[in-house]
Amino acid sequence: MPQSELAVSIHHLVKSYHRGGQVVPVLSDITLDIAAGEFVALMGPSGSGKSTLLNLIAGIDRPDSGELRVCGTDIMALNEAELADWRAGHVGFIFQFYNLMPVLTAFENVELPLLLTGLGARDRRERVGVALNMVGLSDRVDHYPSELSGGQQQRVAIARAIITDPEILVADEPTGDLDRVSAEDILGLMERMNQELGKTIIMVTHDPHAAQRARLLKHLDKGVLVD
Amino acid sequence: MHLLKLILRNTLRHKLRTLLTVLGLLVAILSFGLLQTVVDAWYSGANNAAPDRLVTRSSVSLMVPLPVHYREKIRALDGVRSVAAANWFAGVYQEPKNFFPQFAIDAVPYLAMYPEYRIPEDQLRDFLRDRKGAVVGRKLADTYGFRVGDTVPLKGTIFSGSWDFVVRAIYDGATPRTDTSQFFFHWDYLNESVRTRAPQRADQVGVFVVRVADLSRAAEISRAIDTQFSNSAVETLTETEQAFQIGFVKQTEAIVIAIRIVSFVVIFIILAVMANTMAMTARERMAEYATLKALGFGPGFLGGLIYGESLAIAAAGTLLGVALTFPVADWFARQMGTLFPVFEVSASTVQLQLACAAVVGVAAAVLPAWRAARVRIVEGLRAAG
Ligand SMILES: Nc1ncnc2c1ncn2[C@@H]1O[C@H](COP(=O)(O)OP(=O)(O)OP(=O)(O)O)[C@@H](O)[C@H]1O
Ligand SMILES: [Mg+2]
Repeated sequence: MPQSELAVSIHHLVKSYHRGGQVVPVLSDITLDIAAGEFVALMGPSGSGKSTLLNLIAGIDRPDSGELRVCGTDIMALNEAELADWRAGHVGFIFQFYNLMPVLTAFENVELPLLLTGLGARDRRERVGVALNMVGLSDRVDHYPSELSGGQQQRVAIARAIITDPEILVADEPTGDLDRVSAEDILGLMERMNQELGKTIIMVTHDPHAAQRARLLKHLDKGVLVD
Repeated sequence: MHLLKLILRNTLRHKLRTLLTVLGLLVAILSFGLLQTVVDAWYSGANNAAPDRLVTRSSVSLMVPLPVHYREKIRALDGVRSVAAANWFAGVYQEPKNFFPQFAIDAVPYLAMYPEYRIPEDQLRDFLRDRKGAVVGRKLADTYGFRVGDTVPLKGTIFSGSWDFVVRAIYDGATPRTDTSQFFFHWDYLNESVRTRAPQRADQVGVFVVRVADLSRAAEISRAIDTQFSNSAVETLTETEQAFQIGFVKQTEAIVIAIRIVSFVVIFIILAVMANTMAMTARERMAEYATLKALGFGPGFLGGLIYGESLAIAAAGTLLGVALTFPVADWFARQMGTLFPVFEVSASTVQLQLACAAVVGVAAAVLPAWRAARVRIVEGLRAAG
């Protein structure tokens, strides 16, 4: 597969944590390519390093060694400020606990990432309107997170994740805090993001049901990929 | 704009916590302002001193009187415009707690030297005509309800016996900072009475107030006066009125220093309270800061949020505190009567209040902002669950 069509390209990636003078290896020698437009589910037992791998790909954590190219960028070479800018442009985040700003309305939460772009107020309003419509929350624009159900909050979070039109969406157990019906709802939405908008999605999940919705399954065990 | 909106909403997030912190700041800034005003009041005599007035006293101590005949010798010196005798009387009006300063003065030259005491012309004439007459300041008159024509009985302490004076004039201050808590009467009347009651204490003067014609020669004239009496029975010490007043305040400097220290301790305490509030707030929001960082917001934005909130709270408490300082100081001044001749909130006090508040607002945010800027995103997000 040519380099340009790879969303993620990982070679011999190693990551360990230091705790009280001890080195705790978390990921040992991960090699993995993910094509652009792929929908990958990352599974594995608790503590196997799924979140760690996802965080490295998303550029919110740093590996010890290896190669890590995401959307064609060697993100290991970026400094903190460059990495922050890169994330703002290329990665959309979906968290297990939604992580919305409680003092902002649904509209304002979705608008937040756009404040880092040069977009004017009117363009922002338009885009936020489209995104909230896409996740089916046009009637909840002025609601605060505390006034929304978990499923609705996660939909707001998805709208926030796609608002800057990033290539990659990373989701760490996006349905982990939701009931069956809401979870199906969210997974359906993510499928649409993948199919209709062509987003590359990498999703960590414990739920085999959720994993089935992905097109590719990867298993981690004790920091090693097993297929 | 969006930053301001976030700051405002974050500030109102824990309404009770914010309210209590604002109240604490209010009380601290108010107390600080009042204590600074007390310190100012202490120095008001020195601040009201005129540069062309000198005070000549015994070089030994204020307790040692000067012979009255020094008056003519001082007046004869080159550059001296006028001289007035003044004796501290220290009489008691009804009860010892009713303190106000009383001076026996050479009325004409003395009052001419203090143009800031404004006396209606007819009242001044009446006062000069009545040997037992007195001039009282407006604040003093208001405190004890003295009116023109009233007799004020004073019980002597330095000069024993009962003394009756008739209020002939009430003076107003040229500015709000002029001391209008004083009581003046004729030195000649004091001296005549002393001559009959205790002849050996007659013809003695506490201090001479000297007015010089040319400000630039004040130091030279001071030296000339002291040289004049350098080999006399009572040697003199002449200094500017301001130096004299500061010397007076110096005796109680320890109290002033203590008040100053307490006023800054109050600020320090509120700083600790504020810093604790901000630290608590920032700790609770670490996951939000981490999320913002993940979305690409930098340490500057997080710093803006935290400093902004801290300064917003500080500003609210301070504006209320400063606004309240004026009425409370007024009330305080009324309760204290003539104890503090001048009790005015000065511009420099307000400036100090604002400066302290700015320091508190900034300092309280330093540590939380630093932590938020440094927190690793994955660690901060972990706090979310
Ligand atoms: N900051 C850290 N310091 C030390 N060890 C850490 C740190 N973060 C993660 N680890 C360790 O790294 C290993 C992998 O953690 P990770 O969160 O990636 O697991 P996971 O597969 O996502 O597990 P789960 O399914 O429970 O979320 C675990 O053993 C964990 O204890
Ligand atoms: Mg995990």
